[in-house]
Amino acid sequence: MAKRRVVTTTINGRQTEFLCEPRQTLLEVLRDTLDLTGAKEGCANGNCGACTVLMNGRPVDSCLVLGVETEGAVLETIEGVAPVDGLDPIQQAFLENAALQCGICTPGFIMSCKSLLAENSDPTENDIRFYLAGNLCRCTGYDKIVRAVLDAAKKRNAEPAPA
Amino acid sequence: MRDFEYEAPASVAEAVKILSRHNGSARPLAGGTDLIDQIRTGRHAPQVVVDIKKIPELSVLELTAGGLRLGAAVPCYRMYGDPRISAAYAALADSARIIGGIQIQSRASVGGNLCNSGPAADSTPSLIALGAVAVIAGPAGQREVAVENFCTGPGKNVLAPGEFLVELKLPPRLPHSGSHYRRFIPRNEMDIAVVGVAASVVLDGSGEKFVSARVALGAVGPTPLFANEVGKLLAGQPVNEQTIAKAADAARAIARPIDDMRGTKEFRLHVTGVLTRRVIEESVQRARS
Repeated sequence: MAKRRVVTTTINGRQTEFLCEPRQTLLEVLRDTLDLTGAKEGCANGNCGACTVLMNGRPVDSCLVLGVETEGAVLETIEGVAPVDGLDPIQQAFLENAALQCGICTPGFIMSCKSLLAENSDPTENDIRFYLAGNLCRCTGYDKIVRAVLDAAKKRNAEPAPA
Repeated sequence: MRDFEYEAPASVAEAVKILSRHNGSARPLAGGTDLIDQIRTGRHAPQVVVDIKKIPELSVLELTAGGLRLGAAVPCYRMYGDPRISAAYAALADSARIIGGIQIQSRASVGGNLCNSGPAADSTPSLIALGAVAVIAGPAGQREVAVENFCTGPGKNVLAPGEFLVELKLPPRLPHSGSHYRRFIPRNEMDIAVVGVAASVVLDGSGEKFVSARVALGAVGPTPLFANEVGKLLAGQPVNEQTIAKAADAARAIARPIDDMRGTKEFRLHVTGVLTRRVIEESVQRARS
């Protein structure tokens, strides 16, 4: 068996060290080693997006990243999204617009939406559908998800910019 | 996933040394969107995975008067994220924007797409149309191969054991030139091309005559195909419907598709003609603006 390595990353703002084998994916490390089970395994081949996390600010399928590749990386997972006293506006919008049923795909969708709204604060329906093409949902038919993202963008844009 | 060792060399020379030492049982890792899945499914069983992203040359993205240098590990999002590159090498940006979804584009590289050597690779026809050259490093030093000669069969290419792709070199964009890539898929996104066509055209100052053109076809042969005859046919001809229709016929004559789950041979031949026409028309529009 290949030697295990120590990897140092920042996860949700906290410096985190873990031991992993080269063959372990980031998704396996998050779920099985670090007990961050918010990222889900759907297809395990980069089609469904249920395992989406942000790596150095970019959305990635954590099933297609090796744990050892994240040395020095800044990672954000669904566990770091909500503030201590409530929900992120995107999470709130998903709830209010009933944009989830079984919920397996939701952490991945929320992470992709965070990245979308960071890049484009006023996306059109088409922008949203294109950006979220790498996240599959087998329950909602997507309409409610698209509406939730439009709603989240609208509410964010209505709020005064943080000082 | 089966067991393997991981190395992350910091130089081209070190990477060549590791790859040579393992004589074909080591595989370079760029974005991993093909390789990691292929290891998981058993299609590849490398003893060593060589992460090439720590090598500075592999992350170069440099646009100068001499053209574009594109490091083999540069992820897709950096192509369309740079307005200068999307303008000068539009076909490449068109490809990068539709390879997988956003998550894949964060990691997958154009160099990796070429080395995976799939017949339906979305960025390879664009590289061929834009005249890209592959810079390969190996135990005997560096060599250059025109991208149209890189792939030799489905999943096969000219890389010998110990060699790997360092960067792609694209010639400077000429005045009055434009390029485009388009594919046919039954969905809107996240699918494999049934047919893909890239074109790059150079017009004269009036915008009414083709000076030269390069066209490449994807998913209609065992490798992406350089449709050299189509470019020869367009050179010196007036820009009109008749010329472009002839080019589309010539592209159909070059395509040699198979029947498979994504489309029949007959359908692919038809779509090759339609896409060739549309892609040349859009390239002309871009060259004029």
